[in-house]
Amino acid sequence: MHPAYSVIFFTTSSGAGYGMLGLLGGLTLAGRLPPNSVFGLLAFGLALFLITAGLLSSTLHLGHPERAWRALSQWRSSWLAREGVAAVVTYAPTMAAAVAWVILGRNTGAWGLVAAGMALGAAITVVCTGMIYASLKPIPRWNNGWVVPIYLAFSLATGSVCLVPVTRLLGLEVFHLTVWIAVISGAIAWGLKLGYWRHIDRARGLMTVARAVGMEHLGEVRQLEGPHSGANFVMREMGYRVARKHARKLRRIGLTVGGGAIIMLIVAALFVGPVVDLGLSILAVFATATAIFIERWLFFAEAEHSAMLYYGQGLGQNDAG
Amino acid sequence: MTSLPTTPPEKKLGLVIDLDICVGCHACAVNCKEWNTGGEAGPLTDKDPYGADPEGVWFNRVHTYEAGSGADSRTVYFPRSCLHCEEPACVTVCPSGASYKRDTDGIVLVNYDTCIGCKLCSWACPYGAREYDQAEGVMKKCTLCVDRIYDEEIEEGRRVPACVSTCPAGARHFGDLGDPGSDVSKLVAGRGGYELMPELGYKPVNRYLPPRARKTEAGAANDAGPGQGAELSGFLAWVDRTLSR
Repeated sequence: MHPAYSVIFFTTSSGAGYGMLGLLGGLTLAGRLPPNSVFGLLAFGLALFLITAGLLSSTLHLGHPERAWRALSQWRSSWLAREGVAAVVTYAPTMAAAVAWVILGRNTGAWGLVAAGMALGAAITVVCTGMIYASLKPIPRWNNGWVVPIYLAFSLATGSVCLVPVTRLLGLEVFHLTVWIAVISGAIAWGLKLGYWRHIDRARGLMTVARAVGMEHLGEVRQLEGPHSGANFVMREMGYRVARKHARKLRRIGLTVGGGAIIMLIVAALFVGPVVDLGLSILAVFATATAIFIERWLFFAEAEHSAMLYYGQGLGQNDAG
Repeated sequence: MTSLPTTPPEKKLGLVIDLDICVGCHACAVNCKEWNTGGEAGPLTDKDPYGADPEGVWFNRVHTYEAGSGADSRTVYFPRSCLHCEEPACVTVCPSGASYKRDTDGIVLVNYDTCIGCKLCSWACPYGAREYDQAEGVMKKCTLCVDRIYDEEIEEGRRVPACVSTCPAGARHFGDLGDPGSDVSKLVAGRGGYELMPELGYKPVNRYLPPRARKTEAGAANDAGPGQGAELSGFLAWVDRTLSR
């Protein structure tokens, strides 16, 4: 599948923002966050910036961005519409919690429940994002049980990495807890990703050209001549393939950089002083951003679509180049 | 509404394509483009149409496959277009309500005035039937010539999709596949017509008729496909047996 940068940026940026909201909500409900106005301003500001930038970016790949509001209407049947509705609805408790926190200086009692609602909305939005992909039967590398947990895990992992420097900057006690949540959720996310890669590498020869055209009884079927001499939309959109050797290399780079971010956080939390650990935790944010971009780019580039069977590409090949 | 009709459509209009007869002339694809680019579904825009690297929106594409190997191999021409599925995920994934399946005849259509151009429907179609129009920013697809098959200005016998009307070999048929007594349904029953990738559960309405079994030098059919010879009985069966010797 064609890896569109607007969609990669949307899923990763909004994903991190929702992860921050999830973590803020959870920690607030647990009574671990002081109603520090500056912290509230920075944390909510950063989360809302990441989410809103992502959502705006997602409209960039539309043929008619001015009609984007229509995408909220079909929530009964469409995961994309459900994602849109969940994203819009989540703004309400988020804004309420942010105002109470920053202006009124309150985040306990009823406001804690509002924050919990915010975390729930964030989680539902990320599940909807994952389901957009996981529900597509023509794309076996998305249509499986790994996709939604991976979207959730990376959302929390990237969101908590973003929150770490904020807690450190303000010298909050919750810094260490945030680091450990980032470390553990990051380890879980990359662990799940390794499992996913193993899963898609094993699922080979899923569907042949002969079966797709219904002529298995005639033997092997090959495309002798394409229907058109140039490319078309289907080939550009569904036929994007990343060479297997490049995919392997990119997987290793993503894993190394993502793992490096986790190690930086552990070092920051355990071994070094206040200035260096702030620098390390900011560096970890950039490393995580790089790693998640590679992870998401591969998620698209490695996905094969059944429509390409008709152009002679079997499903479960992944060995171009 | 992108939720599917709750009651089954009164009719299941669709195409039956005979892979034994199709000669791969692309006339169906060309006439489809010709009719639809000037019809209600148009324009079907092209990029660089007279240049070195033309590409554009087509509703119908004719692939050429080689099946089998060695002396047993054969060339099969394979026209591919929207199958007007009974369970079209392209419709249900649509967030805007622009994609819909008609409850009267089962035709799957896109409303260009409300399509936001997110392309998710094209991802949801396993058959690659939907093509995005870059110039117009909306998704386009086969309409089964909905602006032709009901047009009372056109003489009755010609109220069929453009691809069917133009096929010089008679490889394309149009009708109600929901009515077991229709000509197309009888054709499907007699020739073992099949749907594409039934395992995905989209329940395509269109059917393909398999290439007929060929005779080897010894006279026996060497690869009896589904439903071969089912329509022969009595005198014709005797003729068939005699000539096959």
